[in-house]
Amino acid sequence: MAARSERSPPPFPDSEEPELLEDSDDGADAFTGTSISQMDSPKDIFSEPPEDISSDPLSNINSDLQKKVDATIPSPSSDEADLFSEPLDDDSEVMSSPEVQNPLPDLLNEPVKAPKSGVLGEPPVHKSSSVKKAASAEMFGDDDDEEDLFKEPPKVLTKKPQPSGPAVDVFTEVKVKPQVKDDPTDLFTEEDLTAPVPKPSASSSSSSRTNGVHSEEQDLFSEATVELSLDSPRNDRKKDAVKPSVSAPAAPEASSSSRAPSKTLEELEEEESEDKFDLNISVTNPEKVGDGMNAYMAYKVSTQTSLTMFRSKTFTVRRRFSDFLGLFEKLSEKHSQNGYIVPPAPEKSILGMTKVKVGKEDPSSAEFVERRRAALERYLQRVVSHPSLLQDPDVREFLEKEELPRAVSTQTLSGAGFLKMLNKATDAVSKMTIKMNEQDVWFDEKIQDVENEEQHLRKLHVMVESLVNHRKELSGNTALFAKSVAMLGSSEDNTALSRALSQLAEVEDRIEQLQQEQASNDFFTFSELLADYIRLLGAVRGCFDQRMKAWQRWQDAENMLQKKREAEAKLLWANKPDKLQQAKDEIAEWEAKVTQYEREFERISATVRKEVIRFDKEKARDFKRQIIKYLESVLHSQQQMIKYWEAFLPEAKAIA
Amino acid sequence: MEGSSAEAALSVSANSIRITDVTQDGDVLTFAIASQKLNSSAGVCVFRMYEDFDWLQQSLFSEENLPGLQGIIFPPLPSKALPSQSNTQTKALKQLGFLALGQDWQSYCKALEFYLQQVAAHPTLCKCKALDSFLINSESPGKQRGRKGIFNRLSQAVEEMRKESHKDVDNFFQNERNKNTNLAASSKVATEKLLDVVMTEQKLAVACGHFATSLHLCVNQDDAAAVAFSKVCLKLSDVIEAVKRNYEKVASNNLSTLGLGLDLESRYQESEKEMLFRRTCKLIELETVKKGTEKAKANKREVMEAFQKAVEKEFNLISSVAKQEIERFHSSRVKVLKTFLIGWCELQLNTAKEFAELYSQHLEACRNMYSE
Repeated sequence: MAARSERSPPPFPDSEEPELLEDSDDGADAFTGTSISQMDSPKDIFSEPPEDISSDPLSNINSDLQKKVDATIPSPSSDEADLFSEPLDDDSEVMSSPEVQNPLPDLLNEPVKAPKSGVLGEPPVHKSSSVKKAASAEMFGDDDDEEDLFKEPPKVLTKKPQPSGPAVDVFTEVKVKPQVKDDPTDLFTEEDLTAPVPKPSASSSSSSRTNGVHSEEQDLFSEATVELSLDSPRNDRKKDAVKPSVSAPAAPEASSSSRAPSKTLEELEEEESEDKFDLNISVTNPEKVGDGMNAYMAYKVSTQTSLTMFRSKTFTVRRRFSDFLGLFEKLSEKHSQNGYIVPPAPEKSILGMTKVKVGKEDPSSAEFVERRRAALERYLQRVVSHPSLLQDPDVREFLEKEELPRAVSTQTLSGAGFLKMLNKATDAVSKMTIKMNEQDVWFDEKIQDVENEEQHLRKLHVMVESLVNHRKELSGNTALFAKSVAMLGSSEDNTALSRALSQLAEVEDRIEQLQQEQASNDFFTFSELLADYIRLLGAVRGCFDQRMKAWQRWQDAENMLQKKREAEAKLLWANKPDKLQQAKDEIAEWEAKVTQYEREFERISATVRKEVIRFDKEKARDFKRQIIKYLESVLHSQQQMIKYWEAFLPEAKAIA
Repeated sequence: MEGSSAEAALSVSANSIRITDVTQDGDVLTFAIASQKLNSSAGVCVFRMYEDFDWLQQSLFSEENLPGLQGIIFPPLPSKALPSQSNTQTKALKQLGFLALGQDWQSYCKALEFYLQQVAAHPTLCKCKALDSFLINSESPGKQRGRKGIFNRLSQAVEEMRKESHKDVDNFFQNERNKNTNLAASSKVATEKLLDVVMTEQKLAVACGHFATSLHLCVNQDDAAAVAFSKVCLKLSDVIEAVKRNYEKVASNNLSTLGLGLDLESRYQESEKEMLFRRTCKLIELETVKKGTEKAKANKREVMEAFQKAVEKEFNLISSVAKQEIERFHSSRVKVLKTFLIGWCELQLNTAKEFAELYSQHLEACRNMYSE
């Protein structure tokens, strides 16, 4: 699937360029209406557009397209793969179209997101099954259905055959704008539509360049370029003309629309999640499976829910630790680059696990297992409490599916290792980003906050650790004291005093139990909580880094554009018209890229912002919950203490 | 001197003796000792250093006109406190145990006070002139130091191993000695363990304090979520602060009641042990004299017999005094332990109640903190 999805995106890019050019010409107006109507279903979009296209002005194009399609369809695997291998990187990043950005924040529904993301630029990046499926369905359709083939062809056609592309591009763009603006209700469909469109534009720009100048791209599109070469002069000019108009307006719209709606949506989402969230996950019954070094612990993951997305209300699966790590890796691969905070899975502990494997029933390994069990439970609860992650098919599969394919990569790369890598990358990036002058004060402050907070939490964690250790020490000492009091009582002559002393020894024994409980309470409520949040903050920083990377990309593109413009100016000065065209192509391409990257940056910024806000809220709620839990435990042990003393007091008074 | 009439009882009431204040000047602790005259409402206040206490103890040891002095269980004097700051806490703890804890030597003063009260309440020792002058004379009496008591603990330690296991002629004393050895050991262990508990409680309180303080670092007023989180942190800080006070209170309860009680008990057991040992020494002396008398030739026999009689008389006197003392000691130590146990239990109970109340208030406040 992944391979397909990767391939699929490129097609759009190609088509986009042509579209843009075409839009300016005729097609845009014609298709706006039609496309919208068809927009209803994401899948349909693809299929429909082609038809429309063919029926409408595009007829010329269609013929070409179809031919090309025919040609392309058989070849997709081979050609596309080659073609897009390089472009993919660019495209995928570029892909975030202005329109796309809007939809993403708005997209509360996961299904919508997945397809979009897949379609837009993500497919190449994401291997998620959902994305893949969506993408595959949309883009390549099934080999079985001829219709699908046709549906695909539009894209394919647009992509590969740039000459034909123009028509396609026109459609996409046209559709996008009208839909977004016109129908609020159709947002999802529109988004889907729009998604494809943006890509096209980005890709188109690149492709256009390739046609004209770029050597790399030329190779990729070798076939296309041959044909294009004829058209290119026209296209390029058109692009130049078109792009400014198209891209410029689009961006503002995107940003404005994305911001305003995104907030309201967030709120809606929040409320929704709070009202409807009904999902209890517990991890229980750790069980050792196998012997020796191949042994592993299996945990029972029970889910209880009324959410309709699950097949039943309660279900139970058995999972081993590496399955959890595998889940984390899948999720972080898919979502962290979009600015989502993916909760980190518990760290792998070779020492602890080896003990469990080798050791018999010794208390430290029992403690280790219990600690891990609790950590896994918290991990899953964090994952499902994230509205977007909950919708991820991998999560559902993890909770529901009887047998999971064995997660292999995790054996070497545990959550911790992954985070470390992430952090390293983070540091490298952050050095780079010293250059980044943050225009958004909110982010500026937040990044600072997160760093401070991490330090504070680390400090707190140390404190709590020592607290817990002292508690353990206290319970140990109390036990010793109880013993010595018992001794004292037994060597005491006075019966009443002796009795009182042995009672006292019992009291102290119970107090010791209380202290032990309290120590583990402290540990689980605070120490583990803080450790979790320290790692979560790492994930938050990862998000900021993703945003930073997006920004970097945008700035690089901006610089590149600047250079290209200077080159053009030089050419003008030197009066070399032959190269001028090429320079203009490049400028157009980079302008599109800049727009693309900027939108992507805005999209990521919006996501990160939303995520961080959500994270903060969640954090406050979590801590509050823990405090209440802690107070309850402290209160309980205090009440026990009262009972013990009240029982002992008459004994003391009875000493004659 | 006021109470110069030799046999007159102590002129102040034993129960009124208090150490009201302590001042530290470098290495020297000066204690203010207040007491109430028996025949009037006038109070007496004197200032004494540890050396004066030591002088008093030595004077008691070497009191001359007290028959059966060696059978007396002397109230134990705490060992000398070395308050110089260079002295590490651990060293002081090793030396003084519980008495090194507590603020401003409070528990040490308590122990000294208890010592004075015990001496003053002792039916024989209270007649001692040294005590009267210690309590009343405004001038420091302990000028003639060098006077080492007859019972030098150092020399005792050497002989102890040899004579400790000497079989007693009297079953009562044999039993008492066995029991005393047990009790002395186990009360010492119990005291040490309780000391560990208290120390850990104090450490825990300190750790809670650090935690509570660090929580304030997390306060941030930037936005709504941060404010909410800050509130949570502050609340938690309050809670932890309460936990901290709880532990401080529990620790000081342990210290001021059971801790002091066990400490006193263990020192008293030591004191009884010393008395029993002195008696054992006398017994051994008597037995050697008896043997000598048997072996002695006729011309010396008379002298020896007279000597033996004197020793025997002394030994019997010591034994009878010792019996009384042991009886007195048992009843008083049970009473003392009972008071300490009851006081301890009540304090702990009150503390537990107080903090249970506080915690439930916190819990209520937390639940209503913000529900969003």
